[in-house]
Formats: sequence, C-alpha cells, structure tokens
Amino acid sequence: MKNLVEVKNIKKNYGKNEAVKGISFNIKQDEILGLLGPNGSGKTTTIGMLLGLLKPTSGEILINGQKLEGNRIEILEQINFISPYIELPKKLTVKQNLTVYGKLYKINNINERIEFLSEKLRLEDLLNSITGELSSGQKNRVSLAKALINEPKVLLLDEPTASLDPEVGDFVRSFLEDYKKEKKISILLASHNMNEVTRLCKSILMMKDGIIIDEGNPKELINKHGRKNLEEVFLKLSRSKNELN
Amino acid sequence: MYGLFLRHFYLITRSFPRVLDLVYWPTIQITLWGFISNFFATHTTYYNNAVGVILTCAILYDFLFRTSIGFNMLFLEEIWSRNFTNLFIAPMKIGEILTSLVATALIRALIGLIPAVLLTSPLFGISILDLGIFLFFLFLSLYLFGITLGILVSAGLLRYGPSFENIAWSTMFLLAPFGCIYYPIEILPEVFQKIAYLLPLVYIFEEARNILINQTVDIQNIYYAFVWNGVYFVLSIALFYYSFNVAKNKGTLINMGE
Repeated sequence: MKNLVEVKNIKKNYGKNEAVKGISFNIKQDEILGLLGPNGSGKTTTIGMLLGLLKPTSGEILINGQKLEGNRIEILEQINFISPYIELPKKLTVKQNLTVYGKLYKINNINERIEFLSEKLRLEDLLNSITGELSSGQKNRVSLAKALINEPKVLLLDEPTASLDPEVGDFVRSFLEDYKKEKKISILLASHNMNEVTRLCKSILMMKDGIIIDEGNPKELINKHGRKNLEEVFLKLSRSKNELN
Repeated sequence: MYGLFLRHFYLITRSFPRVLDLVYWPTIQITLWGFISNFFATHTTYYNNAVGVILTCAILYDFLFRTSIGFNMLFLEEIWSRNFTNLFIAPMKIGEILTSLVATALIRALIGLIPAVLLTSPLFGISILDLGIFLFFLFLSLYLFGITLGILVSAGLLRYGPSFENIAWSTMFLLAPFGCIYYPIEILPEVFQKIAYLLPLVYIFEEARNILINQTVDIQNIYYAFVWNGVYFVLSIALFYYSFNVAKNKGTLINMGE
C-alpha cells in the first residue's frame, strides 16, 4: 500500500518555544496510525499542521503525493477531521449541518451521501433534530458523518470517543474499523484511550516534548518495554526522560 | 460559497428571536430618532424645514452600523459555536469565505433596514427615497465601508483571537463622531476635521444633507466617498490575508474554537 500521508522532518516553533522538533512519519493507505503522548507533547500541533491550520516552521507534508504547501484547497478536499473540542452549529438541524458541509466540500449528490451516512451511523431518526439538543453520543456520530461527508482519503481523529459511554464508544470504533477496511482510507488517531489504540492501530507513534520517542506496533512496544499493556508503556515513556529512542 | 450562505440562512430562518433582533434595533433606533427629529422640528426654525434630514441620516447610519456589526456577528458566531476550525479546514479559499460573509451581511442589513424605511413614511411622513437615484450610491458607499470595518475587525479576531471581540462592538461608536452623521463638518474642531476628511463617512453624510437641504447634487462628494472606500477596502482585504498567515504561524486558528 502506498503512503497517503508523508511527514518529513517538520518543526514548529512558537517564538522560542519548540512545540514540534523535527518529526517524520508516514501513514499508509488502509492504515490507522496511533498518535500518543502526554498533554503538551505536540500532538495537536502536528494535527494542526496536517490540516493546514498551522504553518510548519520547516519541513514538508505531502498528502496523497501532493505538497500541502501551495495545494491547501486541493488537499483539504481529500481530508477531514473530528475532535470533541470543535462542534457543529448547535441551532441547525442535523440535516442542515450535513447539507452545509456537503456544499462546502462541493459534494454533488448531497442527499444520497447524507442518506448513506445516516444509515451507517444510525442517524436516520435524528436528521430533523436540532444538533445542540442531541446527547454526546449522538453529536459524536453527527460529527463523524460531517467528517465523512467528502469521502476523505485521510481522516484525522483527535480523541474521537472521549466522553462517550462504552456502548457508543464501541459502536464508533467498530464503524471506523469497517469504514477503513471498506474505503481503504488512512487514519491518524490521537487518543488517550489505550484500549482503543490497541484495538484499532497496527502502528503507534509516541510523542513527548515535540519529538517521537518511540514507535512500533502495540504488541512490540509492550514486549520491548516489558509491560503488561499499552497503558503501562505510555506511563513509562511519559514519565521517562527522552532517552529511549 | 452557497454552502456558507446556507449555513447562516438556516440559522436565521430557524430562529424567530434572531429575525426579531435584526428588525428590533433598527426599528427602535429609527422610531427614537424620528421623535427627536419631530421635537427639533417644532422647536427650532432650522429643523423646521429639514425634519427629514436627521431621520434620513439616522437610517443611513443604521444601515452602516447593521452591515458592519452583521459582518462581525457572522464571524463571531463561528467562534461562539466552536465551528471555527470546521470552517477553516473546509476547502474554501479566503476570498470565498469573505465573499460569502459579505453577501450574507448585506442580506442581514436589508432585513433590518426595509421595515425601518417603511415605518418612517406612515409615522413621520418622510421618505428616504427623497434622496433619489443618489440614494443607491450613498447606500453602496455605506455598505462598502460597513463591510470594510467588518473585515478589519475579523482580521483582528483572526490575529488576536476571541479577545478582540470587544473591539468588534466599539468600532462604529468610535468612528461616529468623525463621521459627521447628524451635524455638518464645520462643527468639529479643525484637527478633527482633518481626520474626518480621511473617512468616506463625512462625504456621504454631507452629500445626504446637501441633497435634502439644498436640493443639489455634488458628485465630488460621492466620488471622494468611493475613492476612500476603495482605499480602505483594499487595505482591509490585504490585512485579512496577512492576519490569516499570522494566525497560521501563531496557531490562533487551531485554538479559536476551544
């Protein structure tokens, strides 16, 4: 499978503060890459750069073979993002929100797309509901529908199941697994839920203080660090000095 | 562009208080000023023959105010609803975002203006249409300046984040004394007059008074208003692009909705 995302030695400085200190990684087609790290490790900054919301101080990002710099619009058509920290307009109905984003992403067959996504994400009965009046789980599924409205080749997920009950969380994870398998998309998953990461990701990047301190497959990392599970590996790496790489 | 327009159109049509809000303030403003105009008309000889001047200027100023605040509101609405990031990761060029907001701001301003204009005739026997064909140019000029101020404030929001919000509410009040909306420019001290001449507002309102009181048209006033509007509009667009790039460097875009 080819690399849909290629990140080459990107750095991001905010004045004298180095938020990301030169990281490189690839995400293959049909792959979910986990991005782990304690708060302030540079995950959000990295995602921001991938979305074109932040300009890297140096380095290069390629999405589907195209440089992000200079091709922002073409690339944004191929990617999408979901985060519990951003929301859709609360006063609009679910269908209105999806229609708006369908238009923004220049989707031709919006109604068909909404119908398809609402069926897949169990939103049929919610289409005429006011978005702000939905439960967290329902809002999460609506945000996921928005994130898939343009059939993205690359999906960036920032804590996609945060604050969801176990049933909805499991539904979302299963949906993502199936959708990735069916559409062969690349997913970058930033999460603090280690069970989720273990279940969904074959590869993981561990970030701390703006650098990648370790990477590999969850089982390999657990064995390498002699721990019982990924959470223990996370704690070990988070509390260590940056000497493991 | 249509998508962004639709996003705000849905919001307006779904919420009666929003429509009421659009109509309420202009109506209150016009009614209030109408009574003030009537008061002066019956108590001074100057205003006796020009009762429509103040009211017409109030309507023109309110249109400017609505356009500018309307534009800011559209931008702030995205921040308040935490939808800002979604908008800026959609494949829209900055020019498309601005065009959508400019068009939506016009519709919002007209929704507020039309009832106010219609009320002045039965309530006070005054029609803003007395300004004739030049009314269109005056409105166009005010609209341009209104969205220019809106773009400047939005550029500030991009650059400095939501903390810039209060500036959004105060820009119009700040400029009002220099705009010579209700009085001739000669009333201002000389230093203030020099500042006022750098704004399109003074030409617009001087011309409105000139048409209504002297029944003549000074094309030069309309011309200068458009020239200054052009200068400020181009500057505001340049500043918006600059602020967008600064925001991309500083990370304001990614933190805006949080």
